[in-house]
Amino acid sequence: MSSSVLSAPSSGRVKRDGNAWRWASRLLAVSVLIPLAVIVGTWFVIDPQIWAHLGSTVLPELIVNTLLLVFGVGIGTTLLGVSLAWLTSLCDFPGRRWLDWGLMLPFALPAYVLAFVFLGVFDFAGPVQGALRDWFGLGPRWSVEIRNAFGVIVVMTLVLYPYVYMLSRVSFLGQGQSTYEAARSLGRGPWSAFFHVSLPMARPGIIAGLSLALMEALADFGAVSVFNFNTFTTAIYKAWFGFFDLHSAAQLASILLTLVLVALVIERRFRDRARYAEQGRGSVKQRMKLRGGQALAASAFAWTVFVLAFALPVWQLLLWAWETREFIDQRYWDLLGHTFTLGSMSAVLTVAGAFVLAFANRYYGDNFTRIGVRVGTLGYALPGSVLAVGVMLSLTWIDNRLADALEWLLGFDPGLFFAGTVIALLMAYFARFLAVAYGPVDSALERIRPSMREAARSLGASQSEIVRRVYVPMLRPGLLTAGLLVLVDVMKEMPATLLLRPFGWDTLAVRIYELTSEGEWERAALPAVALVAVGLLPVILLVRKSAR
Amino acid sequence: MTRLLSYLLVVALAAPMFAWADDEVVVYSSRKEHLIKPLFERFTAETGIEVTYLTDKAGPLIQRLVAEGRRTPADMLITVDAGNLWQAGEKGVLTKIDSPVLNANVPAELRDPEGRWYGLSKRARTIVYSTERVKPEEITSYEDLASDKWKGRLCLRTSKKVYNQSLVATLIARHGEQEAEKIVKGWVDNLAVAPFSNDTKTMEGVLAGQCDLGVVNTYYFGRLQKKDPGIKLALAWPNQDSSGVHVNVSGAGITKHAKNPEAARKLLEWLSSETAQADFAGLNMEYPVNPRVEPTDLVKAWGDFKGDPINVSEAGRLQGDAIRLMDRAGYR
Repeated sequence: MSSSVLSAPSSGRVKRDGNAWRWASRLLAVSVLIPLAVIVGTWFVIDPQIWAHLGSTVLPELIVNTLLLVFGVGIGTTLLGVSLAWLTSLCDFPGRRWLDWGLMLPFALPAYVLAFVFLGVFDFAGPVQGALRDWFGLGPRWSVEIRNAFGVIVVMTLVLYPYVYMLSRVSFLGQGQSTYEAARSLGRGPWSAFFHVSLPMARPGIIAGLSLALMEALADFGAVSVFNFNTFTTAIYKAWFGFFDLHSAAQLASILLTLVLVALVIERRFRDRARYAEQGRGSVKQRMKLRGGQALAASAFAWTVFVLAFALPVWQLLLWAWETREFIDQRYWDLLGHTFTLGSMSAVLTVAGAFVLAFANRYYGDNFTRIGVRVGTLGYALPGSVLAVGVMLSLTWIDNRLADALEWLLGFDPGLFFAGTVIALLMAYFARFLAVAYGPVDSALERIRPSMREAARSLGASQSEIVRRVYVPMLRPGLLTAGLLVLVDVMKEMPATLLLRPFGWDTLAVRIYELTSEGEWERAALPAVALVAVGLLPVILLVRKSAR
Repeated sequence: MTRLLSYLLVVALAAPMFAWADDEVVVYSSRKEHLIKPLFERFTAETGIEVTYLTDKAGPLIQRLVAEGRRTPADMLITVDAGNLWQAGEKGVLTKIDSPVLNANVPAELRDPEGRWYGLSKRARTIVYSTERVKPEEITSYEDLASDKWKGRLCLRTSKKVYNQSLVATLIARHGEQEAEKIVKGWVDNLAVAPFSNDTKTMEGVLAGQCDLGVVNTYYFGRLQKKDPGIKLALAWPNQDSSGVHVNVSGAGITKHAKNPEAARKLLEWLSSETAQADFAGLNMEYPVNPRVEPTDLVKAWGDFKGDPINVSEAGRLQGDAIRLMDRAGYR
């Protein structure tokens, strides 16, 4: 793997290039590692009182709840994501053309928004249960409790399945029809062909989507607190905001982090053992036409998911937004502007970082780089606030030392430099969403085989021509996908934005927080609608650019 | 890319400059923007002193003050609940203020005995009930909510909210831990349904018939009442023969390393004054702390009550104990 991708004129140059890439990737990994290290470093001070208390009271409950959440969301997103991806990419049924991209739209909805809309509609006091009580004369106290594990899992599944859907859809489309048909012609039934051939081949894509979904579920605070459902994350916040003990909070967070790391390593081991046949890009020329009951069932299933995850919540948000339209003012332009500016700035930075990491790892990978990648993609599993505190503490520390030195040199206090600026915020976004960008960038790099470069060279292409005509076109879809994912994720991000934003940099998510934290759900619908609207554009672009 | 970088650089360099303007107060606030912005605008119009602010939850803001240390740009911290104010005092991010104006405007039980923070609005956490299913004379006290007659009829908000932590802290102060834990266990046994994430949901539960009464801050009730004046809910004032209704504050203090402590002090005094108090409390339907200012008409219509005279800082001191107690009692 140590040969340069672009055939280099001399081996000395290769070595120098390799070192440059390796050092660049290490530098990036360190910028993520510092905030993580600050969090892990809190183990030097342990408050036994709080640990004894948590252990004897709430810890068992929240471990059970967290496991329930992980398994529930894991099963839910896999079932929905994989089955819908299979249906829309390899079958044909009424509405498929539209649902193909419509099913990606829920990605624009933040989990905390769907959570409060869901409770508004489906809880005891909402219109649905009220109507049921009226129509069927069920008595004034009849109810279905949805503020429990089941409700949380449903909401998170509906918000997070698009990750699995999107990535497994790409895998299925890449396989094309031929593999499935080969299995069928060799005597496999449709189910058997699916489970023994198509599904295992799509596994890397499914796992990549699933791990993003699960990491986000573990880090979620907004949705679980709307449901008052206690998980590891709520305990972290309780230690911090209740006991005002940041150390215990960070310690809880680092346990969470360790669990995720172990899970990722185990997953990697399994994946390394299984080898997947290299595949040319297949194509889906003829989809399986579903008929009669099958077509109806497929259509009904896909529409139900679309309505529950997108149409219904957005409709409810629009209704609420209409009722509170008097609150629209000039400031919404600022909020929109900040939201989009932050999103696009960090999309560019994060994708560039992910590219450097993936490139260095793929072509000049040594143990350090590999560890760097592993660490660099951990931030996604950390609750946003905790990661943000890590960034804040490390930056203010650096700032204070820097200011001390300057004060000593120049004789006046220059004040804080990085903390409280956009740089702090971008650093937090980078650490948090590197994992999201890394996947698509890495798989785009994987598509470029050495043979392509050699072929181009043998046809007399120059170095720059290879870059321009082979690398750029082949990388563009992957980089774009990564950029759009990060853009949408950053725009939805709330806790780190709250903590680290400079004066005046309020975003739509901040506005939603201000209103929902005071229980003003209806008024929060206005910024929420704006956020969904601004998130829809990149999502639609994402679908259009991804493989058809 | 170059443009992006130069943009970043400009922002990075410009942001700290904010803190150096002379006639400006920089505020960290966990009181929401729409409740403070109109007042800051009035203050600027009257005095020419600009106010820059940043909102977040109390915990992160206090942490930010601690981390920034003597170089913090913030001059003032505004937050809700005495529990949070007390923590800010304990973390050493606030400075002592010796202001005759503030001492005259803010009653002694609504400010820090050491003068590090002052209450600016008063909020009563009381009992809300369904006028269809509960007679007001049935409601007597917070302690009574643990009695058998409310079995399956009580709705509560989550114990993670600091308002409930402060309420339980005052129970501890009054009855001691053991007795307080019995009361809280009684509440949990009487719950009709798992605790809600906020006060509005709690009242919606009572309204829809999921339960018959709950414990909420009065201004949340005011919001519902504004939307529907004929709402079939009402407020009751418990503990009128004993300790009084649980009262908390939103309040503010000047940071230890304030760059403009004089301007900050002017702002704080102004916020407690007759001119500002009606709005500061009125915008959120709370009670003014300044005894010379009346609450809004809607608030006055809820009737007079005797408030708990305990110093609100007690709620902060006992907050940790209260959380542990609620965890033991199984109050989620």
